[in-house]
Amino acid sequence: MTTDTGVSTTAAAAGGRVRDAAIGTGRAGDKIFASAARGSGILVLALMAAIAVFLIWKAIPALQKNEAAFLTSEEWNPNAQPPRFGIAQLAFGTVVSSLLALAMATPVAIGIALFISYYAPRSVAGPLGYLVDLLAAVPSIVYGLWGLLVLAPRMEGVSGFLNSALGWIPLFGGDSPGKNSIFTASVVLAIMILPIISSISREVFLQVPRAHVEAALALGATRWEMIKLAVLPYGRSGMIGAAMLGLGRAMGETIAVAMVLTFVPGINWHILEDGGTTFAANIANSFAEATETGRGALIASGLVLFVITLIVNMAARAVVARRKEDA
Amino acid sequence: MAKRIEVSGLHAYYGGVHAIEDISMTIEPRSVTAFIGPSGCGKSTFLRTLNRMHEVIPGARVEGKVLLDDEDLYGPDVDPVAVRRVVGMVFQRPNPFPTMSIYDNVAAGLKLNGVRRKSRLDDIVEESLKGANLWNEVKDRLNKPGAGLSGGQQQRLCIARAIAVQPQVLLMDEPCSALDPISTLAIEDLIAELKSRYTIVIVTHNMQQAARVSDRTAFFNIAGVGKPGRLIEIGETSKIFTKPEQKATEEYITGRFG
Ligand SMILES: Nc1ncnc2c1ncn2[C@@H]1O[C@H](COP(=O)(O)OP(=O)(O)OP(=O)(O)O)[C@@H](O)[C@H]1O
Ligand SMILES: [Mg+2]
Repeated sequence: MTTDTGVSTTAAAAGGRVRDAAIGTGRAGDKIFASAARGSGILVLALMAAIAVFLIWKAIPALQKNEAAFLTSEEWNPNAQPPRFGIAQLAFGTVVSSLLALAMATPVAIGIALFISYYAPRSVAGPLGYLVDLLAAVPSIVYGLWGLLVLAPRMEGVSGFLNSALGWIPLFGGDSPGKNSIFTASVVLAIMILPIISSISREVFLQVPRAHVEAALALGATRWEMIKLAVLPYGRSGMIGAAMLGLGRAMGETIAVAMVLTFVPGINWHILEDGGTTFAANIANSFAEATETGRGALIASGLVLFVITLIVNMAARAVVARRKEDA
Repeated sequence: MAKRIEVSGLHAYYGGVHAIEDISMTIEPRSVTAFIGPSGCGKSTFLRTLNRMHEVIPGARVEGKVLLDDEDLYGPDVDPVAVRRVVGMVFQRPNPFPTMSIYDNVAAGLKLNGVRRKSRLDDIVEESLKGANLWNEVKDRLNKPGAGLSGGQQQRLCIARAIAVQPQVLLMDEPCSALDPISTLAIEDLIAELKSRYTIVIVTHNMQQAARVSDRTAFFNIAGVGKPGRLIEIGETSKIFTKPEQKATEEYITGRFG
């Protein structure tokens, strides 16, 4: 079964069969290809190592001067004397906005993919699929502008409604629902990650073997029952991979989030209220005016984002691998 | 339970391609009817018109009548999903649902029909697997994936899945073509047992198999490349194999074909 998505293919390709290729028949072409492949592999690893070393080397002095707890403090004053900074509010904003975006985008994206693959007549499916793919090509700055100028003003009403209807849920609580909130940012993020989740899911659905589809139909399954019997089980790991790629994209998204959010220091669990920030948005907003130590602090926060993304990726791969074994 | 099928004036198309032409025949209940004929003459296509599976291929359509005990399967109010619950199908390549256990594979159709009670599911799953001569081989690993069985076992699993919903008719498209001789014999024995309860139609390229398992045989042929397939003749298997009425049938059966 090849339900691999970007999440799992890259590493398999990089770390996979490079060495087996060297055990070829010894013909010239084989040798050239083997060394070219090995060379590119080594180059990638070396580059990654170089970047990591550079970033860590830049971050260490700032971390040494830091007077606050880097992992748990909600402060972000790296330019002060003495510098005090911690990533707690960044991590909070990043994780909450991305997860919320994922929760909103995934069902819609999979719904769109199913509609295009199994419900829409062919004359509609083609253009619609193309349109969804086109959404992925829109630059983030455009989403940012749209989020700030078009969406945010309209979110005030939505936030107010959610606050009054679902205020008993702590996340939706608070006294002053606003428009430049984490919630608004996650709506923008949801729209941004929708196309990638949708098009990967569609790719996966296209690969569902005809034999499984026909097996379900021949048993007297309706279209939806066929999807449940044949399509979703086959596409499950691919859909998880797609969602994780979307999550990764949402966590790293910078400019759109930076434009939508109004910075208010500290963690605010009431995500309908203005404020909040993320790793990437914080770096974009404060890098220009940062001092030497400030830059080191931002780089350190970037490293944390990198680690979180890595963990998400590995978790996704573990899920996908376990599901495959079950299958 | 078994029903008679009466086909009249049936044509099937793939987009603009006319695949089979003007087929009329009667398929008797509680008996096995074999379809034979050269590759590409439309046996599979015709078989799939009998449970409205033909039309799931984009652009494919059917003209004509298929009566199942007087009810036209292509009538205006007939739901193809309902037809497929009554006319079961086994494919050439075993196609169990790969992510499902053996048990769930057999229970899949039952669950579609709204059977939810565990004890009843257990009973029918056991009965169907016994019916498909697979029970003894899998009874200790019902919760293992169906994809982990051998090809012959998978095909019998597919037969169990098809008979679990107690269809009126069972269509089989070369069910043994991917199997070894032992599994083939097991399935032929099974067909012989099942025919007391179902109307069975089997497509086969194996003359001996047709002669062994079927009561009646239909021979299909094409006039030439690109021409639609036609029914040449249908009759008692013993008669088709000894004294066919058409010369083409005799040539095909004796191997002096083409
Ligand atoms: N999905 C399809 N799209 C277009 N044409 C098709 C399709 N399936 C079959 N055909 C055509 O319809 C004709 C009949 O095919 P069919 O598969 O019914 O033959 P068959 O008798 O079952 O052959 P075989 O013995 O090789 O299985 C052939 O000319 C084939 O090319
Ligand atoms: Mg065929």
